[in-house]
Amino acid sequence: MIPSIPRSSAAKFTYAAYIFVFFVYLFAPLIAVSVFAFNDSQFPSLPWRGFTLDWFLSSAGRTGVGRTGLFFDNGLMSSIGTSTKVAIIVTLISVTVGTTNAFLLERMNFRGRGILYVVMLWPLVIPGVILGVSILQFMSTIANGLEDFFNIRIDFMRPGLPLVIAGQFSFIATIATLIISARLRKFDIELEEAALNLGASHWMAIWTVTLPFLRPSMIGAGIISILMSFENFNTTLMLVGSDAPITIRVFTAMRDGVSPVINALSLVMMFAMATLAIGLMFTGGSKDQGK
Amino acid sequence: MNDTQIPDLETTDVVKNFGATVAVDQVNFEVKKGAFFSILGPSGCGKTTLMRMIAGFEGPSSGDILIRGSSVIDVPPNRRPVNMVFQHLALFPMMNVAKNIGYGLRRRGISGKEIDRAVDAVLERVGLPGMGPRKIDQLSGGQKQRIAIARCLILEPTLLLLDEPLGALDLKLREQMKIELKQLQAEIGTTFLYITHDQSEALVMSDQVAVMNHGRFEQVATPQELYYRPNTSFVAGFVGDANRWSGKVETVSGDELRLHGQGGVAIVATAVGGISVGMDVEIFVRPESVFISRAEAEIAEFDNKIEGAVDSLLFDGGRSSALISVAGDDRDISVALPQTGQFSNLQAGEKVYLGWQADQTRCFAANNVGS
Amino acid sequence: MTEIGSSDLGATPAKLPTSVRRQPGVARLWFYLLLLPPVLWLGLLIILPHIQLFILSLKEKVAPRVYTYGLDNYIGFFNEPLYWMTLLRTATISILATALTLVIAFPVAYYIAKMLRGRTKNLIFVLALLPFWVSELVRTLGWIMLLRETGIISNTLLSLGLIPERVELLGNDAAIITGLVYTSMLFMVVPLINSLDSLDDSLIEAAYDLGGKGVAILREIIIPHAMPGIVAGSIVVFMLTLGNIVTPAFLGGKNSIWFTDQIYQKFIVRFNWEQGSAFGFLLLITSSLVVWLGLKLTRQSLAKTIT
Repeated sequence: MIPSIPRSSAAKFTYAAYIFVFFVYLFAPLIAVSVFAFNDSQFPSLPWRGFTLDWFLSSAGRTGVGRTGLFFDNGLMSSIGTSTKVAIIVTLISVTVGTTNAFLLERMNFRGRGILYVVMLWPLVIPGVILGVSILQFMSTIANGLEDFFNIRIDFMRPGLPLVIAGQFSFIATIATLIISARLRKFDIELEEAALNLGASHWMAIWTVTLPFLRPSMIGAGIISILMSFENFNTTLMLVGSDAPITIRVFTAMRDGVSPVINALSLVMMFAMATLAIGLMFTGGSKDQGK
Repeated sequence: MNDTQIPDLETTDVVKNFGATVAVDQVNFEVKKGAFFSILGPSGCGKTTLMRMIAGFEGPSSGDILIRGSSVIDVPPNRRPVNMVFQHLALFPMMNVAKNIGYGLRRRGISGKEIDRAVDAVLERVGLPGMGPRKIDQLSGGQKQRIAIARCLILEPTLLLLDEPLGALDLKLREQMKIELKQLQAEIGTTFLYITHDQSEALVMSDQVAVMNHGRFEQVATPQELYYRPNTSFVAGFVGDANRWSGKVETVSGDELRLHGQGGVAIVATAVGGISVGMDVEIFVRPESVFISRAEAEIAEFDNKIEGAVDSLLFDGGRSSALISVAGDDRDISVALPQTGQFSNLQAGEKVYLGWQADQTRCFAANNVGS
Repeated sequence: MTEIGSSDLGATPAKLPTSVRRQPGVARLWFYLLLLPPVLWLGLLIILPHIQLFILSLKEKVAPRVYTYGLDNYIGFFNEPLYWMTLLRTATISILATALTLVIAFPVAYYIAKMLRGRTKNLIFVLALLPFWVSELVRTLGWIMLLRETGIISNTLLSLGLIPERVELLGNDAAIITGLVYTSMLFMVVPLINSLDSLDDSLIEAAYDLGGKGVAILREIIIPHAMPGIVAGSIVVFMLTLGNIVTPAFLGGKNSIWFTDQIYQKFIVRFNWEQGSAFGFLLLITSSLVVWLGLKLTRQSLAKTIT
């Protein structure tokens, strides 16, 4: 059961074999995706027709007939740009709000604090689709009302990137709040008192002592926000307008029938995400992660 | 020089209430310039609250706190000429040693070069030259201690507050730091206000000790006075070890009184405070005040004499003692064993004679017994 | 120490009581400033939209631009077997997938938490988490590569002579469950490892020493201790599975419509927001009900489970 308790070698072997099979199961789909990004064939499937980098680098499709590699596919590249833009904005707002929320929840003692805390957790238990449709119809209703009564057109309340950002922020803010609050809870208030005692004002004490203490968790929350924003699909699907972020673009492409360019894109995304995830482990922010 | 007359710290009738509980109750005291002043008391006696009021982290409910003669009640903590070494030291973990020490000067807007010079100088002074670039978690417990003090000293405070800073250290280091701290204070001459629940720390380091209990000062005195002439039964019981009896006073003549302790031991004692016949009293005798002998003749001259048998021997090197059971008392009397060697062969069960003088037997009215 | 009590709405800092004898007015201002972002966030993006969603679900169109209120959208759901069968199927498969995820993940979590030590443990742990930082779409694409008729598994089986001709493994419930279990694995493994990590080895040793056999130790010591992790993992996995769109859309067949897809159809394709809102609410209620039941049965709290 644990290493200190003797077991038969057959049992040990069976257990280790199970773990091995589990890891095969874990990585098989990813390896499959990666391998077919290099197959010299119109379709990402067997048989293997030889190795090629066309699905990354070919620009033939631009000028006439032929393959278009990932880096020359304007649609895909621009949706990567869209996703990046969305992720950066969502991350900045989420980490900022997460930080102020942490101070509110950990430092203030007010009636309704418990209720606020529970309500903050809701976005995590509401299915992403529902988050999406509720924001979609709420904002549209307001926009319709304003248009009908005041004749004002408010485009940012219609499906499009502002709503995508709002939708992603609505639950990523919870995660950022949980991560940063957990760190602030570990902060020894004596440190801030020491700063005051050494002549710092309240602002300076927070700026020079408390915020630097929170920095790892803010970076950790930021990386998680970027990852979750980039990969969000369910909420985004309901709120998206004409500018499609990368997940929506891939979804559409996959529905129309898969092309090896999508495999190439997947491989690039895997590397980018894995790099960020490994970066996250180095910040130590993941230790305070809520979920 | 008029300067020496104004105490560095003075409190007048300071009271602090938390709701219905009184944490600090009418405390008055003065700390002279350059003194090492300790506040000694059990946990929960209000000493931390008192210190936090002096630092400015709490406001007194009533009363006044004066530093160098001027009231600081309305001065926020970051403007008081008082610095504090916190219980857990509160060194900033995200800064190195030099940044920690320079923190206060940076807040004052002093130029980087000057700060560097001052940091080097103060590191020298606390005996840690060249440690500036170290990270906090690379320091030993004793070094952290000194860095925390250096971080305060660089600001040249009127008064340095120390809130049980040795509490987190292990026993051996604590013994060593006690001596270092006393030497450091003597060297730099800054006024220290030190709070602790450890009587040995207070006695070893301080010029003056205030014993605090239930929010009040029981006695403010030099360590020697506290030890040999405690004013209250709480002080007598809290500072140092003591054999303790309770009883009713039978006769009084001057300061000397006679009674039988519980169990019927006859005792001659010295009254502290007004004590009259028939009062319930507590009697304290230090183990080292009790003379022990194998020959009855040797105790003839003592005011109190008793014979007993060795119940058990508590060998602790130079602090060895014996518990002696005496007829008519169910509790043993603790006696410090002289280290001259004549008792090294003492055996349990052996018959011994005990004697002690009335002036080392202090008797207090029982109603002011502390917790 | 100086908590003045919660009756005082103005911010009495909970842990920084001290001192900080700021002007009460200033403290109150700070409090309201800090309160503003969460109020806007939760008010405008969570609470009001859901109230509006509920109102919308009660609306019925009787003529162009003329509406009445009633339960027709809900009644319509129960009268049309396709709708309620879909929700029932979705919930059933989700529960099944959750149970399967737990059964597969538990030995793995136990192995990482209890059998491994030091660097190997950290390495294997990170390795187990890594695939889940990859987009769900990419993972689903992977399963398509493996399961489809021209895919790797079919071809491998063929070349090994185990099957006479290629088989299509996509487009059935088994494929959906495979994908769902895979997608959810992280959210089961992590809470399980966290709860198993805190189990003191000496408890297992003591049970063994007192004559406990493997199964008895598992049932009486390990599982009760891991219960918070089991509950947390199961709840999160169930919610994610129920709300999933991508996996059923690509791995399931034409007949295996997921309930989220119905909502998507109503909102985006058919533009029937009233009916869509009712569906959304039914999904939310189903999800909350199962989570609530799970918490009640195991006596756990939501806040503890999520954080």
